[in-house]
Amino acid sequence: MGEGADIRGGRLPAAAYDENFADLQPPLAKKEAVVEAARCYFCYDAPCVQACPTAIDIPSFIRKIQTGNLKGSALDILEANIMGGTCSRVCPTEVLCEEVCVRTVQEGKPVRIGRLQRYATDALFATGVRPFTRPAATGRRIAVVGAGPAGLACAHALARQGHDVVVYECRAKAGGLNEHGIAAYKMANDFAAQEVAFILGIGGIELRLGHALGRELTLEALRRDHDAVFLGVGLGATNRLGLAGEDLSGVLDAVDYIEELRQSPDKASLPVGRHIVVIGGGNTAVDIAVQTKRLGAETVTLVYRRGAGEMGATGHEQEIAQLNGVLIRHWARPVALEGVDGRVAGITFEHTRRGAAGGLEGTGERFTLAADQVFKAIGQTLLADELAGSGLAIDSGKLRVDDELRTSVEGVWAGGDAVAGDDLTVRAVEDGKRAARSIDRALRN
Amino acid sequence: MADLRCTIAGVKSPNPFWLASAPPTDKAYNVVRAFRAGWGGVVWKTLGEDPPIVNVSSRYGAVHFRGNRMAGFNNIELITDRTLEVNLREITEVKRDWPDRAMIVSLMVPCEEASWRAILARVEATGADGVELNFGCPHGMSERGMGSAVGQVPEYIEMVTRWCKQHTRMPVFVKLTPNVTNILAPARAAVAGGADAVSLINTINSITAVDLDAMAPEPVVNGKGAHGGYCGPAVKPIALCMVAEIARDLDCAGVPISGIGGIETWRDAAEFMALGAGSAQVCTAAMHYGFKIVEDMADGLANWMDEKGYATLDDFRGAAVGNYTDWGKLDMNYDIKARISDELCIGCGLCHIACEDTSHQAIRFTQDAGKRRFTVIDAECVGCNLCMHVCPVEGCITMEEVSQGRPYMTWAEHPRNLQSQKAAE
Repeated sequence: MGEGADIRGGRLPAAAYDENFADLQPPLAKKEAVVEAARCYFCYDAPCVQACPTAIDIPSFIRKIQTGNLKGSALDILEANIMGGTCSRVCPTEVLCEEVCVRTVQEGKPVRIGRLQRYATDALFATGVRPFTRPAATGRRIAVVGAGPAGLACAHALARQGHDVVVYECRAKAGGLNEHGIAAYKMANDFAAQEVAFILGIGGIELRLGHALGRELTLEALRRDHDAVFLGVGLGATNRLGLAGEDLSGVLDAVDYIEELRQSPDKASLPVGRHIVVIGGGNTAVDIAVQTKRLGAETVTLVYRRGAGEMGATGHEQEIAQLNGVLIRHWARPVALEGVDGRVAGITFEHTRRGAAGGLEGTGERFTLAADQVFKAIGQTLLADELAGSGLAIDSGKLRVDDELRTSVEGVWAGGDAVAGDDLTVRAVEDGKRAARSIDRALRN
Repeated sequence: MADLRCTIAGVKSPNPFWLASAPPTDKAYNVVRAFRAGWGGVVWKTLGEDPPIVNVSSRYGAVHFRGNRMAGFNNIELITDRTLEVNLREITEVKRDWPDRAMIVSLMVPCEEASWRAILARVEATGADGVELNFGCPHGMSERGMGSAVGQVPEYIEMVTRWCKQHTRMPVFVKLTPNVTNILAPARAAVAGGADAVSLINTINSITAVDLDAMAPEPVVNGKGAHGGYCGPAVKPIALCMVAEIARDLDCAGVPISGIGGIETWRDAAEFMALGAGSAQVCTAAMHYGFKIVEDMADGLANWMDEKGYATLDDFRGAAVGNYTDWGKLDMNYDIKARISDELCIGCGLCHIACEDTSHQAIRFTQDAGKRRFTVIDAECVGCNLCMHVCPVEGCITMEEVSQGRPYMTWAEHPRNLQSQKAAE
């Protein structure tokens, strides 16, 4: 640990970056898709549809792949989930539709619903056809804050009802986590931007970038200037370890690094350590671990305080990490950061176990891992500055909403990661869709 | 190990698996490869009078079913496009080199006695074991008054068969076309003409698909398509029915049958034989997978025969013919009900929706604690088997007999049959 930190870009030959950040799973070829589609039994009242947060009519879209009706197939998907393209790439299908597929019950091998969904939506995108249109304008104007999955889904659904929508986005680019947060190899070929263009293509949606709540915007002004407001602001803050030395150079937030990586056209320019330690057990932890490995880190160790079964990352994600050479260590929690000359040099963990009351307790045994970079991926929270003085009620760190996604403030709806629920793109899209329905009803009354 | 040796109309072969008259038997090169692979015999691709015919391209269409290739196959190819002399020379050589294999030569010449007499003499000189009269080919040649144009007129069949029997000592197989309303008329005509055996089915008139861009039937030949002859797995049920009709027909008097039509496996062949076929002719399966498939056909059949205790093909040939009957002789008192295994059920709901939408509303769908459950309502179940057929899980839905010992009763005896009541009065 005495040596200086080894952090630099360009660890790999130039060609390796393209390969490492290309599609994790290549699209299905036509023949593969048709054969896979033929495996679908076209179940009655299908379990997969019930397991999909957006209730896509899965047997129907798969049958249409089989018959060569790819436009109809893609529309079945997009009518239910306007981000069906992203969801086909990032949904944890192994714990949603594919988990309950009767083929899983029968033979342990589900119909590959996610990959078929991608096949159908890719085909529509390739045609350049914009199938959705707006009816005559209603003259109603809705503000959507946050151009992530929840906000864009809400905006699109409102535009389809003829409303005018202004989408405010704090970043320089729309797309939210699709554009800034998801691992690069899941969203290859700038798919997030393509999808945003597709969604905005319906018309009636004005996008205002660089507008943040609590900065350029106040909820009060938004309410005054619009007929309704939808907040899809996500979780803007990250949790801290609460350890001394957390401000050492080389101790980083995984989400910040991933955002930089996603926006960086030249992956070789990203500085990456020789030895990496990641703390956390969710998808962000896996994403940062795998991506730093693919940037050329020599060792990447992901440390999680509980067991594999308790990890937020699905079994499939854990496998991806392991296939990429990430070492996952369970049952250990960080207790001290080791620094040299203001830079992190290592991190000490204490082994943990389940205590008598079911809680977590330390065993007293410790170990130290050398690290040039330590990535924190231990969860995100609402950004307090955004909501200061808004009057919005908060429960357990999330915006309080009712069953129609109405917040405690009249005329303000919310959805996505800012409200309680699974932190999935597909759930955020469903929130946006449901909130739009509720807003539309409210405005027509 | 079961004895697979086959004798049909006096023609012997080491096993009953023959390649049907078609492209795989067009020349010595293919036939020798087939014999090396283990085929018991071949019917050489149809010879005609010189000059040889000319074919078009393309020649084949296919029906691919849900990602599986060639569930059905169709061709617009004609008879051999090589000279008679070349074919006869090769037949002679191959038969000389492979004396234990069945060598049948398919023939098609104009409906004139002199034409048949002339070609028969030349074929006989090759040492071939028999001839097969191609009265079946439904495309191209039929437009020239041959093939199925003959096979659709029983009088012609009888006449030509009789000529052939007069002019050769070789056994005469008559190959029948299925493109008729009742297969018995041509079959009986062949028997009346003295046929030693019948071969069936030839291909069925077909258009496999329409190219919706070219707006022409497939296969498209420069913008146009003609009907072809359909074969492959899809035609097997039609072929089995026609074979069975002949096998049970008293007028056909037990004429030996060489079964053809969608035979791909030993099991297919066993089914044809159970309905009375002697040998089993194969074409599409070989064209799809090559000649090696005969290995499984031969040892699969032998293993099954061993399991069943059949020592020779004769031990089970025709065993199902007696059970092939008319609807009016079926037992009206036989009653079965569907039984769904909760343990095997994967919850797809296809049984329920098939019954609910299209049949008898006899399968109830309930969900308890997330478990999808399907239960048969016995009072509504008519024992139709639809649920069993749509169920994707082997053995999950079975049919249980609930006849409760009621006696065998045909429609003729049924109280709701007004004719039977009149008879009783």
